[in-house]
Amino acid sequence: MAIIDPRHAAKQLIYERIFRLATLSAAILVLLILGGVAVSLVRGAWPAIAHFGFSFVTREIWNPVTDEYGALAPIYGTVVTSLIAMLLAVPAAFGIALFLTELCPPLLKRPIGVAVELLAAVPSIIFGIWGLFVLAPVLQRYVQPWLILHVGSLPLVGQLFKGPPFGIGILTAGVVLAIMVLPFIAATMRDVFDTVPPMLKESGYGLGATTWEVMWHVVVPHSRVGMVGGIMLGLGRALGETMAVTFVIGNAHRISGSLLAPGTTISSSIANEFTEAVGDLYTSSLIALGLLLFLITFTVIAAAQAMLRRLERRGGSVA
Amino acid sequence: MNRRGLRKAKNGAFLLLSLLATMTGLACLAAILWTLLSHGVAGMSWHLFTQMTPPPGGQGGLLNALYGSAVMTLLGILIGSPIGVLAGTYLAEYGRNSRLSSVIRFINDVLLSAPSIIIGLFIYEIVVVRMGHFSAIAGALALAVLAIPVTLRTTEDMLNLVPMGMKDSSAALGAYPWRTTLSVLYPAARSGIVTGLLLAIARISGETAPLLFTALNNQFWSTDLNAPMANLPVVIFQFALSPYKDWQDLAWAGALIITVSILVLSISARVILALLQSDRGA
Repeated sequence: MAIIDPRHAAKQLIYERIFRLATLSAAILVLLILGGVAVSLVRGAWPAIAHFGFSFVTREIWNPVTDEYGALAPIYGTVVTSLIAMLLAVPAAFGIALFLTELCPPLLKRPIGVAVELLAAVPSIIFGIWGLFVLAPVLQRYVQPWLILHVGSLPLVGQLFKGPPFGIGILTAGVVLAIMVLPFIAATMRDVFDTVPPMLKESGYGLGATTWEVMWHVVVPHSRVGMVGGIMLGLGRALGETMAVTFVIGNAHRISGSLLAPGTTISSSIANEFTEAVGDLYTSSLIALGLLLFLITFTVIAAAQAMLRRLERRGGSVA
Repeated sequence: MNRRGLRKAKNGAFLLLSLLATMTGLACLAAILWTLLSHGVAGMSWHLFTQMTPPPGGQGGLLNALYGSAVMTLLGILIGSPIGVLAGTYLAEYGRNSRLSSVIRFINDVLLSAPSIIIGLFIYEIVVVRMGHFSAIAGALALAVLAIPVTLRTTEDMLNLVPMGMKDSSAALGAYPWRTTLSVLYPAARSGIVTGLLLAIARISGETAPLLFTALNNQFWSTDLNAPMANLPVVIFQFALSPYKDWQDLAWAGALIITVSILVLSISARVILALLQSDRGA
């Protein structure tokens, strides 16, 4: 019969404490990183905040020569490009998720699903270079003249499509962003649709509903929270996306009514100007932009996660 | 048309739209890959792997950028993944239901989708400003911060898949949790954790924004971790936006190399996962 060596047991206990402490500190480090991001951004942005106060977010001016900075143009560009991206990507993502869950032959389900996920793995700089050299010329030659001719003459909406077709600009950035976030939203929606109990869907079909009616009246109401969560996760990505936008936005610190005109976003301003920024106030203003982006995306992503989590809990209780 | 015909027509229309949406998505992927291949293959030559990035108009390759990317990605994974794996272990084993764990899980998911340029600014503030200059080590740290959430998430998920019985058997033999984790859980979840590492490498090796103001760029060969270092994404960014034809060609070649390696990494991660799942099913 084996006898436990007390020295061995004591050593085991010490190892146990060390290992537990190591895992716990690694876990706490994750919290510290997020806290560190917040603190270091506030500290870096402080000179700009102290100098400009609240007017930083309400002024359009961005002039390194006179050292005057306002964030309105980048905020506008960030919000508008992301909105365009969501308008284009959400219906398309819904279509892809519908196709993958209800229509796709089982044999193709995996390959198409993987292809969509691979689109998500392509680095953003590739979307940027593709957007600049392939997409922008196509939009400039074919899409934008059509928009100017046919939509530009309409009242109200027409204002958005005035001016020369630059190719690069807010609209192009929105389209590139749409392609980038499409796979994220589509994959989340597909996963959410997959959690709908088959019995519910079968009941719908049993009553003679068409595929679309089952989708719209059974699957969508059941997955509403998760769909919104997935959409907001995509929105979070679109708001913070840097490289793809930097290539195609045109980098102009001004707000023009037209979507065809060049603009700028928070992240592309930082990417373009940070290493060239001379003077503390300039650098600090760019970090203040970063702080704004952090606050906006943190809110959106946290809300999205909270929604997806609620769904997970509900899904857990159903299963 | 009667009501039934109308419903059928509506159904058909929406299903057609959904098919179109899927084809558009696939067409985008195909278009991007085609563009990369058609532009990138022309620039493919041995010079890419034997020569440094050239001045405008000169002949050259991408050797320093490839080396820099490899070094910083490797360092990023070496620093980031142990933290991610250990933290994932804590969430799965020690603090499974604690309040702290659910907060950490939440924060980790936020970090997972946080804009990478913010992480770049963070490292700039705490490393570059302190050291007074850009450096490869700062770039590696930025990548490490990006690698942590990916590895943490997969490690926790994979440890949760290990059957309870294995854990119980180990505990019944008198093993402390650390022994169980190292000798039973990690081996059982090994391929899952490796998948997480591959995904993390795929994620960080294409990152550009966090390197712009941490590692910066370097036109010359440098192995000094304390100095700015060339890296593929930033070189692509700089060369693609330049007006010089030979720089643009190099950018396309670099873009092809980076995309192919990332797609290969993601596909192998998926294959490993699929094998793992079929193992479990059998």
